[in-house]
Amino acid sequence: MTVFLLRRLIQAAAVVLAMSLLVFLGVYAIGDPVEILISPEADQIERERAIQALGLDLPLWQQYLVFLGNALRGDLGRSFVFNEPALQLILQRMPATLELAVGATVAALIIGLPLGLYAGLRPNSTLSKGIMAGSILGFSLPTFWVGLMLIMVFAVQLGWLPSTGRGETVEVLGMRWSFLTANGLAHMVMPAINLSLFKISLVIRLTRAGVRETMLMDYVKFARAKGLSPTRITMVHVFKNILIPVVTVVGLEFGGTIAFSVVTESVFAWPGMGKLIIDSINVLDRPVMVAYLMIIVLMFITINLIVDITYSLLDPRVRLEGKA
Amino acid sequence: MSSTTAGAPPAAAAARVETPFRRFVSEFAESRLALLGLVVFAIIALVAILAPWIAPQNPYDLAQLDIMDGRLEPGSVGGSGITHWLGTDDQGRDMLSGIIYGLRISLTVGAGSAILACLVGASLGMLAAYAGGRTDSLIMRLVDLQLSFPAILAALMILAFLGKGILNVVIALVVVEWAYYARTVRGTALVERRREYIEAAQCLALPTHRIIFRHLLPNCLPPLIVVGTMQIARAIALEATLSFLGLGVPITEPSLGLLIANGYEYMLSGKYWISFYPGIALLVTIVSINLVGDQLRDVLNPRLKK
Repeated sequence: MTVFLLRRLIQAAAVVLAMSLLVFLGVYAIGDPVEILISPEADQIERERAIQALGLDLPLWQQYLVFLGNALRGDLGRSFVFNEPALQLILQRMPATLELAVGATVAALIIGLPLGLYAGLRPNSTLSKGIMAGSILGFSLPTFWVGLMLIMVFAVQLGWLPSTGRGETVEVLGMRWSFLTANGLAHMVMPAINLSLFKISLVIRLTRAGVRETMLMDYVKFARAKGLSPTRITMVHVFKNILIPVVTVVGLEFGGTIAFSVVTESVFAWPGMGKLIIDSINVLDRPVMVAYLMIIVLMFITINLIVDITYSLLDPRVRLEGKA
Repeated sequence: MSSTTAGAPPAAAAARVETPFRRFVSEFAESRLALLGLVVFAIIALVAILAPWIAPQNPYDLAQLDIMDGRLEPGSVGGSGITHWLGTDDQGRDMLSGIIYGLRISLTVGAGSAILACLVGASLGMLAAYAGGRTDSLIMRLVDLQLSFPAILAALMILAFLGKGILNVVIALVVVEWAYYARTVRGTALVERRREYIEAAQCLALPTHRIIFRHLLPNCLPPLIVVGTMQIARAIALEATLSFLGLGVPITEPSLGLLIANGYEYMLSGKYWISFYPGIALLVTIVSINLVGDQLRDVLNPRLKK
């Protein structure tokens, strides 16, 4: 296990390093670093001084090392627009994005698992066919457009839910959360559902496929032969076994959900990291862009690592594969 | 595995015998839904190609636009005497014409990027499978890295660095999609290259490029076609999303996503049609492609053969 863990950690570190190089090249080689790092209002003397101070007269590989060193110390530059450290700016907005992503994941499981289970147990019923057709729709629907239509129907025409923003927040552990107030929760319903549409479809399909496969297994036949009740077979023998792949995929998708919240946040003006990055791209606030990208990369690699480790704990074969 | 369109000998098609291609067609037609998808997509593609001849108005020709016709409701008649069946946008542009021209851009970007990504991805996947060893692990590492990173984010960053523009969108889409093709082709090619016919070709001392292009590639096509179909739909959706976020196509060449974005600010005042109808067009396009792709997967997957 230790060897496995160590190997995965080294792999993860290598990927972070590779991505940091890519980001570095993306920002420093494609764009003009002087323009990116020094405010446009600076005069010539200030520019020269800043170029020296920032080490931009050094060769590229040395600059990369400096960038890496600063990044390791948590310094990813200052935002031009907010004049705050970019990292801090993003971390401030992270709770909003996280709670939206968690809300979407929970919604996907609550809605997707029962529907998928039903569709798997009764694959030929009309309702199951409806569920499956719905899941195709869930894959096909352009998320941002569904978001707009949700606002159109529930906010503009029916007036049931607020259209944009985060609503009231409560401060817990130094971070502001919406899901703890009724008003905040009302603001969260539409964005969370919107963000989870794709995941609901995914969970339905995975669960259905898993159920259909598991139902043919010998141990299910044996459980039936033993005379166990269908409920027990479904819940214990089938459901538990399909949870592993579903949880893995949903876990892996969590990073994707955070990334995709860029779209949902823009539609619902949800003040999270996603909206920040879009705003930053539009005004070319590059330090924020770089910081966001590095944070997302780290986040992804951590999520992948956690899923891998959890998976190897749940299924020892994964670990053994590496040794062979 | 080899029962595909690519393997169909043309000589057999003349007689009423069951050729692989015929079997493929009849199996595909078993699903009414997929057939419907194909017909709908064909109509959409035709409309997009014939846009200049069937659109009531040229949405790029500023001379034809009248700002006084701005934000007309669906079905109203504008100052120029045209009935705007789907209303007009804030510039007085006929929405129906805008959608027809927008489809053109969306389909071009979607199909163009899918084909390019297929070329890049399939070549690299084939190289990985055939060369093996270091080359293989290097390419597959890249694929893993690419796939572990969400498409929307990678595309976003590429466009942030490159700027707006149709070509840049295509580049971004190719970069985020090649990995799917590479993985698919490598997986299939690894299985296929161990088959006897490849061994036979190698024994005949055929040149490597001939083995790859004439023997290996045709037999890797079925999964590639399935992935390709799905990826066209994905590319169209992604392009629309990027354009909606203001990072995709420029304003001078509005795709469906940009049309939807234009209507965003008017929606809160109840003018739904500017965003609604382009979205419907987008949805119908994507669903029709996905329906076709779904059925193709079932028909071309040897594991599901009865």
